[in-house]
Amino acid sequence: MIRFDNVTKRYDGAREALKGVSFQVAPGELAFITGRSGAGKSTVLKLIALIEHPTRGTVTVDGRNLGKLPDRDIPAHRQQIGMVFQDNKLLGDRSAYENVALPLIINGTGEREIGRRVRAALDQVGLLDRERYPPRALSAGEQQRLGIARAIVSRPKVLIADEPTGNLDPDLALEVMGLFRRLNEVGTTMLIATHDLHLVERFGSRRIILAAGQIEGGTGAQAA
Amino acid sequence: MSLGSWLTRHAQNALGALGTLSRNPVATALTVTVIGIALALPAALGVLVESGRSLAGGWADVRDFSVYLAPGVALDRAESLAGELRAKPGVASVRLIPAETAAAELGKDPGFAGAMAALESNPLPHTLVVRPQDSLDGESLEALGAEVRGAPGVDLVKLDLQWVERLNALLDFLRRLGLMIGGLLIAAVIIVVGNTIRLDIQNRSAEIEVAKLLGATDAFVRRPFLYLGLWYGILGGLVAVLLLLTGLWALGGPIARLAGLYGSSFELGGASGSSVLAVLAGGVLAGWGGAWMAVSRHLAAIQPKVD
Repeated sequence: MIRFDNVTKRYDGAREALKGVSFQVAPGELAFITGRSGAGKSTVLKLIALIEHPTRGTVTVDGRNLGKLPDRDIPAHRQQIGMVFQDNKLLGDRSAYENVALPLIINGTGEREIGRRVRAALDQVGLLDRERYPPRALSAGEQQRLGIARAIVSRPKVLIADEPTGNLDPDLALEVMGLFRRLNEVGTTMLIATHDLHLVERFGSRRIILAAGQIEGGTGAQAA
Repeated sequence: MSLGSWLTRHAQNALGALGTLSRNPVATALTVTVIGIALALPAALGVLVESGRSLAGGWADVRDFSVYLAPGVALDRAESLAGELRAKPGVASVRLIPAETAAAELGKDPGFAGAMAALESNPLPHTLVVRPQDSLDGESLEALGAEVRGAPGVDLVKLDLQWVERLNALLDFLRRLGLMIGGLLIAAVIIVVGNTIRLDIQNRSAEIEVAKLLGATDAFVRRPFLYLGLWYGILGGLVAVLLLLTGLWALGGPIARLAGLYGSSFELGGASGSSVLAVLAGGVLAGWGGAWMAVSRHLAAIQPKVD
């Protein structure tokens, strides 16, 4: 489902964020990508979401070589990926409902279907009774769950998350990770970047360890 | 996307843009007023030029010239001369006013009745009133006048076209000036709308970034701003029409009175339906164009970022 072949990423005027990284995540798998700050975790996710392009190497998602994807197809690619961000990237002037509805509005889903799926997603993350609230009226954990609801509402094949528990206390972090596990159990392929090794160990899923832009180890991961 | 969903999205964008304007009533009113004034000025100049043109066009008889025959020329000769003139190219019609008829008409005028009665004989000559064809330009008209002047029995040809030509030249100048000012002011409207939309894009950059991150196409991101520009254009156009109609209503009477004092029947014409539509269409095009310019320049610069 997700495949990196000998991927190198160098930002303008900076060091290489990734150096010849190769790994793959199978369909329906839940994998963690771990490492310290600056190890290159976020860069991996940015390459999958086509926010960045690799300097060398090939990134393949759902059988498509992203390097050969024309610019006009990037929006469609992003619509098929659920993304959860550490800072949530919620719209402060919209209600919880409107935030979650945004991916469906973007992909042209009908109004009635939007209502049904948004409420289902909010229910799944336990925020159905908060649908009219703006994000600022929600706690940090609720905001993170709202971000997850937005990521899953369009039923993506792939969900990527960048430090989704970074701002949460341990109990909330466990709750969010439990939510990810439930989503994975229904077939969503997931790649979660985190530096919280204790949390990863509790879940026992596959781990890809990055250090200074290179794969240092981990079950099932292979350096180039 | 189904047609129903597509129409719903457009309706939501259009209403959403109107909502954005209504949430900032003061800023919206100022922008719309500026656009309205910019559109009203060339429209007003257009109405002025058209009024002047109808005034000049309505005086077709001003191109007529009078041919006074020499005293003693017989009526038969006057009639045959009229026939000769009618046969000339460029002549639309010739009317003969016999000396007796002219004297009788003059005698009816209270100012001349006494003088005419005191005269022993009719001092007036037979007169031919020649109406040239509309297609005849000033130069050809002068040539026709000179030719008639040389005909046997003709005493005097009275031809005065200069002031009509001056009026037409002035109207041409005003029309071109109006087009230039109109072009500049439309450009100003495009810049005003473009700048307003640019600020709105900046204010909503976080939202645009998130939308692009979630897979929004350029068209999706662009649409609300284009509707915003469209509303600015429509509202600005309506303000312009209101200003124009108010101005014509307020100035029409005084201008007609002033012209009357100088013996002219000049009146400001009303704004025709096509003028009103032209102003509204100008507003829509300028608003849409300004928005398009702004989104083309600034939306591409906003790309998703993930820290």
